[in-house]
Amino acid sequence: MRAASAVAAAALALAAPCARAADVKNGEEVYSRCLACHALESDRVGPRHCGVVGRRAGSVPGFEYSKAMKASKLVWNAKTLERFLADPMKAVPGTTMTYAGVKDAKERADLIAWLDAAGRSAACASGPASSRR
Amino acid sequence: MSFFAFSSDDPSRPARRTFLGQSGLVLTGTAIALLAGKEALAKTGGGATENDVRILNTALGAELEAIAAYQVGAESGLLHKPVLDLAVSFQGHHKEHADVLAKTIAKLGGKPVVAKAKYTFPVDKLKSQEDVLRFAASLEKGAVSAYLGAVPLFGDRDLAKAAASILGDEAMHWAVLRNAVGEAPVPSAFVS
Repeated sequence: MRAASAVAAAALALAAPCARAADVKNGEEVYSRCLACHALESDRVGPRHCGVVGRRAGSVPGFEYSKAMKASKLVWNAKTLERFLADPMKAVPGTTMTYAGVKDAKERADLIAWLDAAGRSAACASGPASSRR
Repeated sequence: MSFFAFSSDDPSRPARRTFLGQSGLVLTGTAIALLAGKEALAKTGGGATENDVRILNTALGAELEAIAAYQVGAESGLLHKPVLDLAVSFQGHHKEHADVLAKTIAKLGGKPVVAKAKYTFPVDKLKSQEDVLRFAASLEKGAVSAYLGAVPLFGDRDLAKAAASILGDEAMHWAVLRNAVGEAPVPSAFVS
């Protein structure tokens, strides 16, 4: 009985992530909302997103962050991104990312999955984008 | 590539000119609304005002970058009339947005951000007029989303209304650019 319960628990543990599997393609679509201020490969109004997963908040060299972001001591991972993207100004009061947030949990999960995947893409591996004013 | 209903000899051009003129008047009216009667708010220095100024400054930063992006497009040699004229007119709208935002920030006691000395755009990927238009459309779509995400945050509802007015303008840019590259100009009933 105890063994059966353990198997059932293990099955549930495996099934749960599958049931909530993030849709990377939809994440890219959600990311299109960010394109007024962000790009993968270059800093814009907001910092570049290549390598954002695993990066300490406020740490892209040369980017002018808010004091609040620099002081946040956050490291961007699924958990911190989830909290920040839900309500940036609540998560980091004083951030210059003055955006109400991605309110749909599934969309946030998809977006985070896409950011993670894109960060490991060839586009990010090839270095900074060309620049021109 | 299909282009807009108006070409250089299109009889609808006068109507477009009228429309652009009217939208300019509307924006001027909004500017007056933004700039009038905010002295008391500016003097309070309260949290709401500080937040509002931060929101406006982020918007200003994006508008300044949009102006630079359209400049790159205009100077690329890839845009041909009447597309070039339209891009320049859209850039003019962004200049008007930036001007109003900067004046409002200053009026509220804030320090408006200024244009960066250098912007980074994916110019290596822009090989044709269609590439430029698709890039511009992606920026305009992002601008619609950015303003949509900013409107509910303003403490001052007059500022929210003004930001919504700019949102409407950006949405029109996006629709026209989508149409120009042969996509449905208005892809859905809602924006996000």
